[in-house]
Amino acid sequence: MIVPDPPKAAPREALARIQELAQKETGAPLPPALAGELKERLQGLRLPPGDAAKIVREVAARFQRAEVDPHESVGILAAQSIGEPGTQMTLRTFHYAGVAEMNVTLGLPRLIELVDARRVPSTPMMTVHVERKLRADRDEVQKIALQIEVTTIPDVASIGTVVEELKVVVAPQAALLEARGVKRSELEAALGENLDPRLFEVRSGSGGGETRSFEVRLKESPAGATKTKKEELVEEMPFKKLLLASEAAKGIRIKGVSGIRRALIRKEKDEYVIYTEGSNLEGVLEIAGVDGARTTTNSIFEIYRVYGVEAARAALIHEANRTLAEQGLGVDIRHLMLVADVMTNEGDIRAIGRHGISGKKTSVLARAAFEITAAHLLRAAITGEVDELKGVAENIIVGQPITLGTGAVNLVYRPLAAAAEPAKEGA
Amino acid sequence: MAQGLSKRIKSLQFAFLSPDEIRRMSAVKIITADTYDDDGYPIEMGLMDLHLGVIEPNLRCRTCGGRVNECPGHFGIIELAMPVIHVGYAKEIKRLLQSTCRACGRILPGAPPSRGEAPDSDDAAPAPRTREPKEERACPFCHEVQHRITLDKPTTFREDSHKITPKEVRARLERIPDEDVSALGLAPRFGRPEWMVLTVLPVPPVQVRPSITLESGERSEDDLTHKLVDVLRINQRLRENRDMGAPQLVVEDLWELLQYHVTTYFDNQTSGIPPARHRSGRPLKTLAQRLKGKDGRFRSNLSGKRVNFSARTVISPDPLLSINEVGVPVEIARGLTVPLEVTAHNQEVAKELVKRGPSPPAAEDGTYRCGVNYLVREDGQRIKVMEKNADACAELVTPGSIVERQLIDGDIVLFNRQPSLHRMSMMAHFVRILPHKTFRFNLCDCPPYNADFDGDEMNLHVLQSQEARAEAKVLMKVEEHILSPRYGGPIIGMLHDHITAAFLLTYQNPTFTQPEVTYLLSKLPYPIPPPAGKDKDGAPFWTGKQLFSLTLPKDLTLEFRSNIWARCDCPPLGCKHDAYVVIENGVLKAGAIDKKAIAYEKGAILDAIARTDGMGRARQFLDEMSRLAITAIALKGLSTGIDDEDVPEGARREIAGALGAARIKVNELVELYRKGELEQMPGRSLDETLEVMVRRELGQARDTAGDLAGRYLGLENPAVILARSGARGSMLNLTQMAGAVGQQSVRGERLLRGYVGRTLPHYERGDLGADARGFVSSSYKGGLSPTEYFFHSMGGRESLVDTAVRTSRSGYMQRRLINALEDLKVAEDGTVRNTAGTVIEYRYGEDGIDPTRSFQGQPVPIDEVVAQVLGRRIHSSDTRRPDGTGGAPPVTEEEMDLQAEAQLEEEAEEEEAEEVGAPEEGPEFGGE
Repeated sequence: MIVPDPPKAAPREALARIQELAQKETGAPLPPALAGELKERLQGLRLPPGDAAKIVREVAARFQRAEVDPHESVGILAAQSIGEPGTQMTLRTFHYAGVAEMNVTLGLPRLIELVDARRVPSTPMMTVHVERKLRADRDEVQKIALQIEVTTIPDVASIGTVVEELKVVVAPQAALLEARGVKRSELEAALGENLDPRLFEVRSGSGGGETRSFEVRLKESPAGATKTKKEELVEEMPFKKLLLASEAAKGIRIKGVSGIRRALIRKEKDEYVIYTEGSNLEGVLEIAGVDGARTTTNSIFEIYRVYGVEAARAALIHEANRTLAEQGLGVDIRHLMLVADVMTNEGDIRAIGRHGISGKKTSVLARAAFEITAAHLLRAAITGEVDELKGVAENIIVGQPITLGTGAVNLVYRPLAAAAEPAKEGA
Repeated sequence: MAQGLSKRIKSLQFAFLSPDEIRRMSAVKIITADTYDDDGYPIEMGLMDLHLGVIEPNLRCRTCGGRVNECPGHFGIIELAMPVIHVGYAKEIKRLLQSTCRACGRILPGAPPSRGEAPDSDDAAPAPRTREPKEERACPFCHEVQHRITLDKPTTFREDSHKITPKEVRARLERIPDEDVSALGLAPRFGRPEWMVLTVLPVPPVQVRPSITLESGERSEDDLTHKLVDVLRINQRLRENRDMGAPQLVVEDLWELLQYHVTTYFDNQTSGIPPARHRSGRPLKTLAQRLKGKDGRFRSNLSGKRVNFSARTVISPDPLLSINEVGVPVEIARGLTVPLEVTAHNQEVAKELVKRGPSPPAAEDGTYRCGVNYLVREDGQRIKVMEKNADACAELVTPGSIVERQLIDGDIVLFNRQPSLHRMSMMAHFVRILPHKTFRFNLCDCPPYNADFDGDEMNLHVLQSQEARAEAKVLMKVEEHILSPRYGGPIIGMLHDHITAAFLLTYQNPTFTQPEVTYLLSKLPYPIPPPAGKDKDGAPFWTGKQLFSLTLPKDLTLEFRSNIWARCDCPPLGCKHDAYVVIENGVLKAGAIDKKAIAYEKGAILDAIARTDGMGRARQFLDEMSRLAITAIALKGLSTGIDDEDVPEGARREIAGALGAARIKVNELVELYRKGELEQMPGRSLDETLEVMVRRELGQARDTAGDLAGRYLGLENPAVILARSGARGSMLNLTQMAGAVGQQSVRGERLLRGYVGRTLPHYERGDLGADARGFVSSSYKGGLSPTEYFFHSMGGRESLVDTAVRTSRSGYMQRRLINALEDLKVAEDGTVRNTAGTVIEYRYGEDGIDPTRSFQGQPVPIDEVVAQVLGRRIHSSDTRRPDGTGGAPPVTEEEMDLQAEAQLEEEAEEEEAEEVGAPEEGPEFGGE
């Protein structure tokens, strides 16, 4: 994902040596990722120490040259770098790489969704990895997939209503039972748990073995019990109650993690990976056999809830980067990081826009210039707000230089003597 | 401006105007609900009273004595007969009334919190419920029993359904002591709550609401004036009725009417009341409407401003200009000026310039000479220089005066094309004065501006101060933007014909005779190099690679695979297809130069030069390369026509056969599906399975047709040269022209809609075959059948709609992004902070690297350094990462198709979008 794997526990000396050289060259150590990469490269090359040192020094020097300037308006840079390619993105949803069976929102709508910090993505999706010992075994992975995928009664049985006899017949189908890995007993348990025993009674019906059907009948109301008006009404028209039972039966979940509509498995290199439609990170992580460390979802909020805000930030960067890369648009990851950092800065996820970051700006003028102008101005007078004119929009409005880049510094020019003429100009 | 220091507004304090302050600042009390008398003279104490300022020439302001452009305007006042509620504060007033005692004005327990401050309920105990009190409660201070207060939108307050008059409201607010006001989240120092109920109404100066005189001589008043007339009229009637002791009912009605007029004066879109309308039925634009929205004061006039010293015209290309230059028409140059501060040293030069007047004749050799439009004397007086007074003006030129001279070659200007989506949309160019009427620039500058020459217009701004020019030169010059901050690669580079030309020049290393070389190098500052050899007749010849190498820096060493590389694995130096580029010390040893080498966004050579030899050298390379390219393409020639897509009859039959077979296969699939024998894919319905399989089958058929056609399209075919070198178009385009167009789709599915159960009445209902669902088996060259043509248009329309929707959606997203991130900057300690000083990132991008200076996102190209230090060759294409993160997801074949198709549409759209987009920007900039 985003954070590169920490360099393997190799001789620390090499790294220390690199950092020492870099420190000497530029006065600051290299970032760990770069130093690690450099170390790997150098170890692969097996150079005489002189050359290696030269390389380290050159890398350090180049690194220093490539650093950002103070006062650089990195925010605007990021916004432009993400916004500009937006015009080149598609609006359509494409198939997710390889899994032809699944559609995932991509392109501009997905990017907007991320920036908006929507609670639920329009196409929630999970990538579930399985523990090491099971991942190469298709059947084992399939078993886990079946545990994840929600199976409802209609998935394994036909539901029919016999009005004359006032009963609902649930007839399990052998083929479906097997395909879904459901036992008749599980079905029975699900029926028992989900139908109100005060109203319905479940009996075994015709047939035998696994496919023996169930009959759901109405229970007589206990005599003498006070009945509400509604109950009386239902009593008059028992078939209504029957319909209710049949509808209820259709929605009963036998097993699976709620929210996961479908789970498909697909071979990736030497393991089988489960892709799901619908997302429920908490639920899936509880399934035995799932490799929690590598299982992920495209729902930023679920990641935030389960793993916290730092993980959500990483997920935001990852998703945004994936969306852009998929469209063949190169955007430097630093821009995405900045957006993610702004969104997660307060410890939760805030949207880019009126309800999120822009609405919380300190400057009255900047807020007024963005959206809902009058309300912000009126409000400012009530609380006696002060606009410190530190940002860009405010200073543009009052007509003075902005506080970024060359506008952030002041230079005072004092000619030494009156004789020193200002430089000649033009012509 | 002493010594370059200028004053700066440090902060702005927002506050209420108190009635007293309004009275104090008012120049006149307005009582007459009228503007001008019959002679067209402002009525005294009317809405156009001369104390309010003047907007007509020949009149003087009665307050400050200033004339039209001197008087800033002064406020007047309307004393309201009865107080009225300020609409914008109705909700706030309600909150205050609910939170305080109706008798003593002290704060009540359990008062609702201020709307402004979000209750920090995150971790703390759940905030006390701010439900409106159900039961009557008593004030803990005076034991007065409180009633329920409601607000009838927009401005009527009720207490247990009895109306409370604004007067009563005001009285209650007055009773709230200052410390309770503070506790309620208000700032009594900057405004007492009772000021939210208006007793006086400030009347804005006439400059704010100028009346316009129509051609017919009729006066038309501003909307605000109209509204104020209404307020005054009702105010007058209300006062009279009240003073006469009219029935309570009448007074109340008038009072309400006054409230209505004051409300709509502030905001004419208040919900719950009908907007005040003009006689014509158009709703009036009152105060809130003036500020709000895209065309409001804030977004239209404060965040964006109109400027002088700017020009706009159509653009056209000029490959002989440097990428740092812009060609400016003489006519425009005469209208744009640069201030020249006269000193003792340049006094004589300045005098000479002024003597020339505003339109000096061309020099003897026909070149343009600049003139002078204005002279600003030492005392600040501005004199327009004309032919007649030129000599007289010249006498006035003294050190300290400013001469506004016209543009000359070498002036630095800003050049811009809308939409300005990134910083490369506005760059600094050096002026070249040219004949004719268009702005001209090097074609390499097209990508950053996203410009083409089908009628695009661009803007030009002349810098007016030394600081601005210095900044532009250092930061904004085109060459400073060759590398994009978006991905750390070049965004300025060669395109279209340049690439074709470079390819023709270098592919398989053609040779050139002396006259040809003379022509090729005629635009370059290089002498003809020693010939590469002699042919059998003894005539010297030069090679294309040799000529190309002239433009390269002498220390450039680079190796990479070119765009034409088709997965052959020949050794680098002996590649049969010339697809492996080897440059050693500035000499092209092998390989054809194409898109991968010099194009924008890709160009490996360009990238290498820009990063190792500097931006100046990269600019030089681009300048020279574009000159070499146009001579090369002029010499070699390249044209493509419809017969380039001809394939032999045999191939056509083969293609038809392949397509026929696919059609049969599809029919078989449909048959299987009908019989229910189709094997269902996991997690897919039967219908979906069929669709997937049919699409796969037809996709393969299209590819087969393409391959069959492609066999006859070799690198000797001009269209193929264009595609393979990456200049324009793709092989997919060509095979669609020569082979078969393929499946049309809407929303990513085969065509479906139109009639009940079918796409067109030409087919049976429920026909799922290839033809009935939008498979185009014809080629563009062969021509589409009517039904195919129709299907093709269906797909085409979708992409048009897509573009239209996309521009608005992505535009809004970018506006929001900019707004959210605009204040972030790298502080001096390397952290990224916002204006509040909050740290957003401890180190920018986790490593503090500027993406522009990065190597495709990597902080340092380690391989390059290693190679440099060890003196080995660089394998650029191996180290290069496609997206700056390493390893793009593997692309399946199906996906590749989709992407290619998307790109195809993209290109088609580009053309169309241009035409649609252009007029939008038009008129606004047409004026001054």
